Amino acid sequence: MSVTVSMIVNGKSVSAEVDPRTLLVDFLRVDQRLTGTHVGCDTSQCGACVVHVNGKSVKSCTMLAAQADGAEVATIESLAIDGQLHPMQEAFRQNHGLQCGFCTPGMIMSALDLVNVNSNPSEREIREWLEGNLCRCTGYHNIVKSIQAGAEAMSEV
Amino acid sequence: MSDTGIGASVRRKEDLRFVQGAGKYTDDMNLVDQVHAYILRSPHAHAAVRSIDTSAARAGEGVVAVFTSEDMAEVGGIPCGWQVHSKDGSAMAEPKHPVLAEGKVRHVGDPVAVVLAESRTQARDAAESIFVDYDVLDAVVDMQAAVTDGATSVHDDVGTNVCYDWGLGDKDAVDEAFSNAHHVSRLDLVNNRLIPNAIEPRCAIGDYDQATGQFTLHTTSQNPHVIRLLMGAFVLGLPEHKLRIHAPDVGGGFGSKIFHYAEEIIVTWAAGQINRPVKWTADRSESFQSDAHGRDHVTTVELAMDADGKFLALRASTLANMGAYLSTFAPCVPTYLHGTLLAGQYSTPVIYCEVKAVFTNTVPVDAYRGAGRPEATYLLERIVQVAADDMGMDATDIRRRNFIQPSEFPYQTPVALIYDTGNYEASLDKALENSDYAGFGNRKAASKEAGKLRGIGISSYIEACGIAPSNVVGSLGARAGLYEAATVRVNPTGSVSVMTGSHSHGQGHETTFAQVVSEKLGIDFDSIDIVHGDTDRVPFGMGTYGSRSIAVGGTAIVNAIDKVVAKGKKIAAHLLETSESDIEFENGQFVVPGTDKAKAFGEIALAAYVPHHYPLEELEPGLEETAFYDPKNFTFPAGTYVCEVEVDPDTGTVEIASFHATDDFGVVINPMIVEGQVHGGLVQGIGQALLEGCNYDDTGQLLSGSYMDYTMPRATDVPSFSVDTTVTECTHNPLGVKGCGEAGAIGAPPAVINAVLNALSEVGVTNLDMPATPHRVWQAIRDAQAS
Repeated sequence: MSVTVSMIVNGKSVSAEVDPRTLLVDFLRVDQRLTGTHVGCDTSQCGACVVHVNGKSVKSCTMLAAQADGAEVATIESLAIDGQLHPMQEAFRQNHGLQCGFCTPGMIMSALDLVNVNSNPSEREIREWLEGNLCRCTGYHNIVKSIQAGAEAMSEV
Repeated sequence: MSDTGIGASVRRKEDLRFVQGAGKYTDDMNLVDQVHAYILRSPHAHAAVRSIDTSAARAGEGVVAVFTSEDMAEVGGIPCGWQVHSKDGSAMAEPKHPVLAEGKVRHVGDPVAVVLAESRTQARDAAESIFVDYDVLDAVVDMQAAVTDGATSVHDDVGTNVCYDWGLGDKDAVDEAFSNAHHVSRLDLVNNRLIPNAIEPRCAIGDYDQATGQFTLHTTSQNPHVIRLLMGAFVLGLPEHKLRIHAPDVGGGFGSKIFHYAEEIIVTWAAGQINRPVKWTADRSESFQSDAHGRDHVTTVELAMDADGKFLALRASTLANMGAYLSTFAPCVPTYLHGTLLAGQYSTPVIYCEVKAVFTNTVPVDAYRGAGRPEATYLLERIVQVAADDMGMDATDIRRRNFIQPSEFPYQTPVALIYDTGNYEASLDKALENSDYAGFGNRKAASKEAGKLRGIGISSYIEACGIAPSNVVGSLGARAGLYEAATVRVNPTGSVSVMTGSHSHGQGHETTFAQVVSEKLGIDFDSIDIVHGDTDRVPFGMGTYGSRSIAVGGTAIVNAIDKVVAKGKKIAAHLLETSESDIEFENGQFVVPGTDKAKAFGEIALAAYVPHHYPLEELEPGLEETAFYDPKNFTFPAGTYVCEVEVDPDTGTVEIASFHATDDFGVVINPMIVEGQVHGGLVQGIGQALLEGCNYDDTGQLLSGSYMDYTMPRATDVPSFSVDTTVTECTHNPLGVKGCGEAGAIGAPPAVINAVLNALSEVGVTNLDMPATPHRVWQAIRDAQAS
């Protein structure tokens, strides 16, 4: 048995026949070859898989592809334009907000949703927002700095 | 200092791909015609396997093959890379570690069968229909119980659960010193079992080319050559020229991706069986049950002092958990990476350490960030604090009184190591100043006003990094050398490719190593590429662990650069029609000092590959050199951490109010990266101290088997940090570097627990084991009040 799912991914209309139990993250990683979105756990805890669905951050391991039928999905691959990093990506790079890079796409996608609702977050607000994103490398110190700097840069654009 | 040379906080080369989601991790790869492997694992901690019925699974939709150990009869067991000998001279017990269970399962998660199918879900579905007839046996979980007479044996052929009973130091001299001591402080403690939890789960893809007989394993490894050696020579019997190990971008390791795992063997072997690529990716539940765990010591430590608080002798006795099988480097972790560190920063004249390694029905335990050194530092810095309290001394005074002095280096410890250099008081002073140690009383009073208990804790750690001189570790039981290799390939137009045996899985080698090359060759940072993680591309190297990459891998690069420069001088001498001894190399130019004669590095590179005017009778064309560097000694990073906590006595919640780290890593190549390494290590150390604990129940079921149950540090659990350095340069490598990857995880736990106990001393709590969770702290306060 399979179902047809259609959605807009990074501005492009896509459609595919998938097993109904296909997770959105697998649809993105395997069917769409968008491997910037990662899988770090199986209990919706780590946040490596965060993407935007209709403008909101969502853990794509916790949503069926079929549930995203008709939605607009944005992944980490959508941010840089013509090789120009998004200000939040640049802020992570400038502030050493990543080490192994595995949690980074989810961190950046979460951070962007935070800035959508709070353009000038405090350190405490950033730390609380990251409740659903685990990083094992950085100790969060430089991620917090990166998000502060990224939010500031975005407000100047 | 140039903008991109040694000492500059250069932004990382690797980040451009990582921030765009363009990293290439193993699971991002999908090979044409690949099948997916699902591994059926034991749900029991200890059971005999009477039979396995795979017939229904074989008939499952999309199933390509099902294998059990019977199908793998030609495949060897998983080898152990280090042999420890007991006090009596006997070799450690080394029971077979089968790839798939042979007649018995010995921990929850032990692999039993593998299903290959066209999709991952088909493989998983089919595995559910495998019927395994288990005869469940008593599980051996608690280490004390495991070593009592009559305990069930994890391995019938071993007979007991003791792997080895090891000792280090002069026991008689220690006992004598204890009998004459003014005071003996004593402490029983547990170093809690941890699960490493790199955020990228392990993944392995096996590939076989029938036409050439070539096998390839793409895997999440910190040391691809080690995997090639172990799997090729000891497990599958594949010659090395027919086996390529490729470890692309790896999403964190922390030790857990050093080891050779069953899944790597399964996918490689199975690819040869079915002549199709085989892919396996762990889900997180599998990671919890199959990645090697860390720590898990139970220790009694005693410190003998004179009337002035001068240390006379230290004695430590430890039970160390090996789990069900010996993982790759497991035996050396509680011995040569632990007992040898027990002098710490102190001039304790005699030390004796004994370690009994124990088999249990739990996941194998091996090196995890720090590996033995956190356990040593924890017991030492805890007992020093207990000693200070016993003697009525300040935590800093007792340390100063016992520090090895700068004039005493090189310093021979009573536990085998020779420290080359250090200045411990300098780090302590800086940490105290940065943390306003003197102002603690005021802050404590303010906390009290708010109904909170405030405490301050110190930890002055040392670690041995840059592992290690091969002849030394060979004499101690290592079955491999621990050098590192590098090839510096100067391309005809002057760009440089460096092939290193070190492996980066977050450390930023592509940047740090390029800085070293940029500095040494005086060439543009962007014209340098660092290549790693592929046995077909890099010379035989030993990989990354033990904070060894810059000290050992970096030195190999420097030595290869020196050879390049030496050859370049010969070429320049010919072109400049002068003697080689007249040539000096500075700032990317081969010059004859005092003249205007000069050749740029790029000109020499071109001449080497277009040898029209070249001393061909004396010199080969080309400009590419390889160096293997075997370190002369370990390096000894050290420092002092000061942690301040606030405890809520009503809830038992511990908040880190501030954390100040001062480390001596020798010369720092990239301060930004080094600070990041410290931050990450600190949070793993704070995680161990306050949050993380791997728990098994009495039947050997893993209770902390997911992120719902195992408490990973989150952003709200930790503060921002104050990180500083002092510098004494390592005396035996050309960069003067020591290594920084593990320091935070080594130094932090005792600083945190000393702070928590300092806070709780007000309410009568005198001891507490990690993790100091709210429940445990709350209970300790209630127990103290009740007594």
